[in-house]
Amino acid sequence: MITAGIDCGARTVKALVLQDGTVLGKGAALTGFDQQAAITQAFQSALQQASLGHSQIQHITATGIGHNAVSFAQSQITEVSADAKAAVFLFPTARTVLDVGAEEGRAIRCEADGRVKDFAVNEKCAAGAGTFIETMARTLEIKLEEAGALSLKATKVIPMNAQCAVFAESEVVSLIHSGVAKEEIIRAVHESMADRIGAMARRVGIEREVVLVGGVGRDQGFIRSLSEELGFALLVPEDPEYAGALGAALMAAERAQGG
Amino acid sequence: MAEAVATATPQKREYWRWTEYNWRDESLDWRGARVISVGIDVGSVSSQAVILCDGKLFAYSSLRTGSNSPTSAQRALDAALEKTEVPREKIHYIVATGYGRVNIPIAHKAITEIACHARGANFIYGPTVRTVLDMGGQDCKAIRCDEKGKVTNFLMNDKCAAGTGRGMEVMADLLQVPIEEVGPASLAVDEEPPPVSSTCVVFAKSEVLSLLRLGWPRERVLAAFCSAMAHRTVELLMRIGVEREFAITGGIAKNVGIVQRVKRELGIEALKPKIDPQIAGALGAALFAKALYEKEQKQ
Repeated sequence: MITAGIDCGARTVKALVLQDGTVLGKGAALTGFDQQAAITQAFQSALQQASLGHSQIQHITATGIGHNAVSFAQSQITEVSADAKAAVFLFPTARTVLDVGAEEGRAIRCEADGRVKDFAVNEKCAAGAGTFIETMARTLEIKLEEAGALSLKATKVIPMNAQCAVFAESEVVSLIHSGVAKEEIIRAVHESMADRIGAMARRVGIEREVVLVGGVGRDQGFIRSLSEELGFALLVPEDPEYAGALGAALMAAERAQGG
Repeated sequence: MAEAVATATPQKREYWRWTEYNWRDESLDWRGARVISVGIDVGSVSSQAVILCDGKLFAYSSLRTGSNSPTSAQRALDAALEKTEVPREKIHYIVATGYGRVNIPIAHKAITEIACHARGANFIYGPTVRTVLDMGGQDCKAIRCDEKGKVTNFLMNDKCAAGTGRGMEVMADLLQVPIEEVGPASLAVDEEPPPVSSTCVVFAKSEVLSLLRLGWPRERVLAAFCSAMAHRTVELLMRIGVEREFAITGGIAKNVGIVQRVKRELGIEALKPKIDPQIAGALGAALFAKALYEKEQKQ
């Protein structure tokens, strides 16, 4: 059984090809101005990596904010269900999933079989999403990829007062002007993000183990701050941004089998 | 009447940058004044200083807030004093207010900006004002007050840039429309477009860019943004309840695009300011300063 999942996120499109629980190929493309081109590009590179053609895929399930744009998909799944499915597949002991993407944050509590019990979503405010770290990294004139390592070097935790990304930008500028080290500023950014994601997680109720997925799961600085906020270690998959696409591909397999 | 005291000449045009100014009433002679009181409002984005002679508006200034409150307060006071020839030591009492109020050594006392705005609005708009909407640089407050300008209730948003002056600056910069022209430009549309759907200013930026890509003219985009901002503000007002008369203070009170839409959505008129509504906070502080000084003298 070969299936595919396509996750059309706000920032990137991720595609994943799955055969009986084994990932054969993955591909991603920036959503940019042309969503259709990004979908094609991500899907084609996943197919290429799997050495397969489109016709060999038995079922394709789309998810993500732009899931309707995947015209060739046979079915759809919500991001929340896809995340839960993927988390339990990757870590059978997972009961809570935190998904921090570019423009959304989600906290999901699920059953052992990956069914969703409860969830909360923030899609209204950039302060609880990857965009927040990205904006602050830009203000600090560091690369987003460097943010994590830099944050881990900080020896002090300084408070950040602003919650709003727009206000935090001004605050970061004044911290730079008052001579605070970049690593301490980015650490403060991670701490305040972790504080908000932690609060959202507590709203749905935290049940261990807790899995972190989404692109921000690549940020080691955020992972440290969030595990300190929650008081225990988090499970993070190797490619956290592909969780949605994986969940969709798993759903595709169930649906293809079901008839 | 207003004069720029510090106009920056940046390399790249800064569309968000509004003109700093100071003003004095030429007809008033401070030498005859019994009490010269000062209010300084150090906000998160702008700072104002107001000088009163026996409770009459004599001079004021409005500048951009710098990186520290003591300096910003001093600069605002210096700018207000500039045209007056009043020596610094002739000032009897200074009250500080605003975001930076607790850290202003030159002030005798600090009073919250909520109290000061209500008091200032009472002075600017008269004793019939019962609801004041203060739209500042980094917050938005809905204040209910009595005929003396005393606060009876208030609600505020200081967590989120949506509905604040800073949010408007970000949009002016993105659309490359000078901030003072945003209001009139947003009204130059034949039909009101649907409001921008994102609450968050960061997300609204992406949304606005995609509207521009769809070929929307800038005026229409500004109308959509102002409409969303007005709607959000009205929601805050409705939560506390609007009792007439209604007035708007703060920097955004000067943006006709927001004022018109708030009035339209509320279905009531806003009082027209006789004095610059952006100085309401500092003005209220200066009125408190006068009262505090007189109380001290009696003791």
